[in-house]
Amino acid sequence: MATIRFTANLSKHRDTPVITAAGTNVRAVIDEGLAADPLLKSYVLDEQGRLRKHVNIFVDGQMIADRAGLSDPVDPEAELYVMQALSGG
Amino acid sequence: MDHLHVATRKGLFRFDRRGTGWVLAGQPAFLAEPVSAMLDDPRDGTLYAALHHGHFGCKLHRSDDRGATWRELPTPAYPKSDAPDAKALFMIWTLVPGGADQPGTIWAGTIPGGLFRSDDRGESWVLNEALWNQPSRPGWFGGGYDDAGIHSILVDPADSATMLVGISCAGTWLTHDGGASWQVVGKGMMAEYLPPERADDPVGQDPHLLQACAADPARVWCQHHCGIYVSSDRGHTFTEIKEAGPSTFGFAVAAHPTQADTAWFAPAVKDASRVPVDGKLVVTRTDDGGRTFRTLSRGLPELSYDLIYRHALVCDATGTALAMGSTTGNLWTSDDGGESWTQLHANLPPIAQVAFA
Repeated sequence: MATIRFTANLSKHRDTPVITAAGTNVRAVIDEGLAADPLLKSYVLDEQGRLRKHVNIFVDGQMIADRAGLSDPVDPEAELYVMQALSGG
Repeated sequence: MDHLHVATRKGLFRFDRRGTGWVLAGQPAFLAEPVSAMLDDPRDGTLYAALHHGHFGCKLHRSDDRGATWRELPTPAYPKSDAPDAKALFMIWTLVPGGADQPGTIWAGTIPGGLFRSDDRGESWVLNEALWNQPSRPGWFGGGYDDAGIHSILVDPADSATMLVGISCAGTWLTHDGGASWQVVGKGMMAEYLPPERADDPVGQDPHLLQACAADPARVWCQHHCGIYVSSDRGHTFTEIKEAGPSTFGFAVAAHPTQADTAWFAPAVKDASRVPVDGKLVVTRTDDGGRTFRTLSRGLPELSYDLIYRHALVCDATGTALAMGSTTGNLWTSDDGGESWTQLHANLPPIAQVAFA
């Protein structure tokens, strides 16, 4: 199972527990991991399923490349970090 | 009215009336978060606040206990699309209650160019497809933002199926069937920023704000990007007002609730110089349908760089009390129809909206 962790800056808006979810790419892991809290998901992705402009996701330390499709591969024990970009705000 | 809500770049403040003055009611809600719009629903006392997080997108919150606690709601969402440029919610620009006969119905005007309806106090939202699918929409363009946006939603108090909507920049739209069908109105408006042959195109207009007289909704005032306009036929046609004190440029207009010929404006130099004329902040008031204006400045600063955003000049249900907030965080009220002003606060964050309740 992959693990999803969130920037502490998000915790003031929503509960951000450490989440485990299965999937072979970022889309699958995010979809499964955030299915229980669609509002939390809305902080990460817009309604078209694209990563928000000023949010980043790192998979095992590497920033994902496909911000619209979230097709970057995820290893079974991967660590995903949802980060707040330093742009925006 | 006992409350004055102030939506700012860093939270939602409330002032309460105490005797003849106003006092700040404690810490703001959503401290440090940008509040782009709020609604204190006069039908049931519910509060709504739209947030515009810089990183995490737009959010919507509701309070059922007058602000003691808030609960997050889903936001309006645009139709799913695989197109790379598929539209997504950028900002909730205005929240408006439906008619008195529509308890729980709320309208939201958004960027990009969306009109959304909720019939369950914001628990779910439906895009008004009849407006969204207008053939002209690909030609709508942004006014101050990258995309067009809906900032004015006027529900006729006597007929909630009749609504006037103002879009920057896509003009003025009218429905008589609750939004099932729309017609663009606003004949007479002129857009100097368009090529001359397109200047009178009703869809190319930038009405910064539309306001109607509650007792006589055929009387519509418009602070337009290129001047001040008034309508006596519910927005079908507008007449330009060429003289209105120091300037006819601005964003805000407040319409008197019962006196159709009375309205207030907050002028600035012009579109490329958004500061008070000669550094002197004033409010202009007409009581004769725009034929003449008086310039009101008692209590307002002699040297100022304040700009009044479109939702930041309002009058109350009696037309006697006014409130005005600025981009530099100044807040004033008047209890005499704008003749004199009292500064309530000088150090608030930039103010997007003021609202009496």
